[in-house]
Amino acid sequence: MLAALVLIWVGVDILSGGAFLTPRNLWNLSVQTASVMVMATGMVLVIVARHIDLSVGSVLGVVGMVMGVTQTEFLPRLMGYDSPFIWILALAAGVAVGAAIGLLHGVIIAYLGVPAFIVTLGGLLVWRGCAWWITSGRTVAPMDDAFRRMGGGVEGAIGSTWTWVVGVLAVAAIVLRALHARRRRQQVGFALRPVWAEVVVAGLACAGVLTVVLVANSYDLPPRVAERIAAARGLVVPPEGLSIAHGLAVPVLIAVGAGIVVTFLARRTRFGRYVFALGGNPEAAELSGVDTRRITVLVFVLMGVLCAVAAAISTARLNAATNAQGTLDELYVIAATVIGGTSLGGGLGTVAGAMLGALVMQSLQSGMVLMGLDTPLQNIVVGLVLVVAVWLDRLYRSRTLKGAA
Amino acid sequence: MSAALPLVAMRGMSISFGGVRAVDDVSLDLHAGEVVGLLGHNGAGKSTFIKMLSGAYHPDAGEIRIDGQAVTINSPRDARRHGIETIYQTLALADNLDAAANLFLGRELRTAWGTLDDVAMEAETRRVMARLNPHFVKFKEPVRALSGGQRQAVAIARAIHFNARILIMDEPTAALGPQETKQVADLILQLKREGIGIFLISHDIHDVFDLADRVAVMKNGKMVGTAPTRAVTKDQVLEMIILGTRPSIQ
Repeated sequence: MLAALVLIWVGVDILSGGAFLTPRNLWNLSVQTASVMVMATGMVLVIVARHIDLSVGSVLGVVGMVMGVTQTEFLPRLMGYDSPFIWILALAAGVAVGAAIGLLHGVIIAYLGVPAFIVTLGGLLVWRGCAWWITSGRTVAPMDDAFRRMGGGVEGAIGSTWTWVVGVLAVAAIVLRALHARRRRQQVGFALRPVWAEVVVAGLACAGVLTVVLVANSYDLPPRVAERIAAARGLVVPPEGLSIAHGLAVPVLIAVGAGIVVTFLARRTRFGRYVFALGGNPEAAELSGVDTRRITVLVFVLMGVLCAVAAAISTARLNAATNAQGTLDELYVIAATVIGGTSLGGGLGTVAGAMLGALVMQSLQSGMVLMGLDTPLQNIVVGLVLVVAVWLDRLYRSRTLKGAA
Repeated sequence: MSAALPLVAMRGMSISFGGVRAVDDVSLDLHAGEVVGLLGHNGAGKSTFIKMLSGAYHPDAGEIRIDGQAVTINSPRDARRHGIETIYQTLALADNLDAAANLFLGRELRTAWGTLDDVAMEAETRRVMARLNPHFVKFKEPVRALSGGQRQAVAIARAIHFNARILIMDEPTAALGPQETKQVADLILQLKREGIGIFLISHDIHDVFDLADRVAVMKNGKMVGTAPTRAVTKDQVLEMIILGTRPSIQ
């Protein structure tokens, strides 16, 4: 998976004459991927539980519209335009609506027994229609200033200092986790991996984090913006020009946060264990006393909440809530999840894989734009890559399984 | 043995599916440390009957007493609370999860933070499996990578780990080779010595004749009769299974 990503990156970089692997392009790539990444983390659990959600793009659309109307029309009437609470209240309203939609889907699927494919296919149409209906098709803009930070851009990055703080914290977390896991296994007397292997694994992870930090910190703000910030802080602009780095983008941090939370849910909680058990063998889960219906509902509620988070990123980035927002996102999200190794048969999949899958899709797309390919050709390539990627994955998997048996 | 209060007493159990009486007024007892072989053709109603005890089906009529107390069993969870564990013919394992996750499915061990304590679960699993199958080493692999006997061992480990008093085994050796069948047989005798009451369900008399203290035979949803294994021959039991008639027992 990582190898495929590196291959694409290097290949596209060569073909586009070195325009791809630049801090600027990589930074933009990370921002563009964030919204699909957030939804892909939830889609992993949906597909692992043997369901599907075709409505995520439309849910993003309707939730984005709700958040747009809340912050531009509803809340300002109550608290004025510059209230510092507007962004959080708008986000909360969106998350509530997203969760409610997920709850509705989940209940129909789990308790009324309508297949998820049908429920969410209906949802695809219903929620797109609702998004139009809220404002009769009018685009809502502009968004609240604080809200817009969630979308990235000049204001939506945390700067180099905080990027270093995040990077150092991440490295510390990786090291502490590795130490803790090792100590725990030692306590109960399990076999331990050799020390060098642990060091290599943790070292690679840390190197990855630091690379991301360095890339984010080497993409400077536009000179005008830098000057404005310098003026606001009372700094003197040196004659050779000022360089202030973007640092990590807020939407990227949100996406990584979503990835960590959903991974935690999947791997370390009963809920996650039951989702995988349900996907592996629904009958076994039921006979073991797992409330499979409740788990199904919770999976869809989580999906709805993540759609709301993705909607916040997407409307904030566009600085508007439009009717067409999120159109076709369901396909990108499902494709990212499947490319990331989640089996449509259920029971198998990782959140990190799906996030990488989203990055692969977006890399291809943005790479082809840099190479100047026509849109129809782009679609053809993305479609082919999806099919080939899943085929290769299947091939690889059947081989390793045979080896194990 | 029959003088003591039975561990399980099922009386007048009946259940219908869409107008078909799958089980019709069937009664059966099980004592502590006793192995009862429940025999009958496919479709005789033996699995359906026993699923009313394991909580998978709700009886239309009948009464279940455990240690003389009338109990209501509405779900597998209820059954487990009464110490009833079931090993299904399909083993009911989640193939994509490892042995520990399957063993603790529905009853996971958790840390003080409320998160799954995988390390503790694996340690427990290693302890239980050492007792059942000392050669078992594939603790990290999903159970789909295990052999039939190893999968059976995981299913049995899951049943006995939680101090089952009543064990239901549906075709326990159907999918196993001779070596593995012998292992399971030894295990059943060991559990019996520990005072666990065991129902062995099978359509093949050879699977249960040497292990069971008593045989109970069902046909067409009705109980043909029960007999101590000592007092009957295999041919007599076969007659019960095929003809549905009780032989005269001395």
